[in-house]
Amino acid sequence: MTISDISNLLFAEGWVQTLVQGAVKTLGISLGAFALGLCIGLLVALAKLRGPRWLVACANCYTTLYRAVPELLLILLLYYAGTDLLNLAMAAMGRPSVEVNGFMAAVVVLGIVQGAYSGEVIRGAIEAIPPGLVEAGRAYGMSRAKLLSRIILPCMLPFAIAGLSNLWLVLVKDSALISVVGYSELLTAGRQAAATTKHYLLFYLAVAAFYYVITLISSMVFRKFESGFERWMPRNV
Amino acid sequence: MDLSWLNNFSTELLRGAGLTVQLLLISAGFGFVLAIAVALGRLSNNVVLANASRCFSSVIRGTPLLVQIYILYYGVGSVLAGFPLIRGGVLWPYLREGFWYVALALTLSVGAYVGEVLRSGLRAVPKGELEAARAYGMRRGQILRRVWLPRALQMVRPTLAGESVMLLKSTALASTVAVTDLLGAANIVRSQTLRVYEPLLLVAITYIVLALIIEKSFKAMGTTSQRRVQ
Repeated sequence: MTISDISNLLFAEGWVQTLVQGAVKTLGISLGAFALGLCIGLLVALAKLRGPRWLVACANCYTTLYRAVPELLLILLLYYAGTDLLNLAMAAMGRPSVEVNGFMAAVVVLGIVQGAYSGEVIRGAIEAIPPGLVEAGRAYGMSRAKLLSRIILPCMLPFAIAGLSNLWLVLVKDSALISVVGYSELLTAGRQAAATTKHYLLFYLAVAAFYYVITLISSMVFRKFESGFERWMPRNV
Repeated sequence: MDLSWLNNFSTELLRGAGLTVQLLLISAGFGFVLAIAVALGRLSNNVVLANASRCFSSVIRGTPLLVQIYILYYGVGSVLAGFPLIRGGVLWPYLREGFWYVALALTLSVGAYVGEVLRSGLRAVPKGELEAARAYGMRRGQILRRVWLPRALQMVRPTLAGESVMLLKSTALASTVAVTDLLGAANIVRSQTLRVYEPLLLVAITYIVLALIIEKSFKAMGTTSQRRVQ
């Protein structure tokens, strides 16, 4: 196979477009799942740190179980359970069963898995905040919500950013698992191309290259963030 | 919850669990050797060696494991099938199995991920201990075997426990290339009995138990002292 064969396959036959579309979808579900995971993670972290005892037990159960079971298995379970529950709810309301939107399903499933991990990262970061800062805020008479939005969240970010950047990279790679339930992201696009042209090695290598570029660029961006935060961090903490 | 199917499929599930454990042990064993090589390569003064191992771990850690498995199984597999010599050869029955491709992919990823962990451990060993070993007249291999590696492993033991659980979870990807590991067996039950939740939940519990066993056995190896060595 020569270079011209490869460029012919990728560009003249338009497969590179399919892959780019898949990559955009992969980025979309990863971003959505990251945002959802952050929200869940924040709730879980607050539940673990401030919640009543039964809530702490629930949160511990969630983070432990979801980190011990393979992501592929969780994705299968959540996907089937989610669609079944939705259809049960629709049946209860007397509506016909619906086809689940693949994008939303992927975001929700990956976000729930991601929440378990980001919950631990955020909890660790909140615990790392120097207690004097929170006490000072309380001394100014801030309410709990204000304390959270003005002190705890901004101050925890520098401690959390390294862990969160790792989680983002893991998430981009885990998003490939969504292909087993049939949503057409990057890996599914590559599989279509490979199956149609019978050039399996070429197209799977191309898919890997796309993922590699995504992870390289995002780790560069995160490193920039991190060094930006570092300027404001006290050196001796 | 109806578990009446369990009798008919218990052999499949047990065999699947066996395959999962086999995958885990094979890739952990070979991967660990590779990880030591990668870690030493990254710390080496030889520019070519250092850059080669850095590229290796960057590429392996920057692409999804599932894609790597597909590249090896479908990509390399289809290329290998094109050679009549290999197709007719003695090794073909093994080369056709998904198992060995998954084992190779897992070994490579253990090499890359654990290699990075070991590198940080090796760098954290106090210089004085290595100098003391050299002062006793140990050769480089002896220093590595007797002092450097054991001290580094002691320091990164908690991280290694986490990596082992990650590896256990990664073995589930074998089911995507028609290997009947634990999850693959559950998928067989799923397709034959049309039950979705029971087999998946049962297998999930098995994975949790395996993960607990891994964590307990790492704990049994003793505690890492948190005392800082001056």
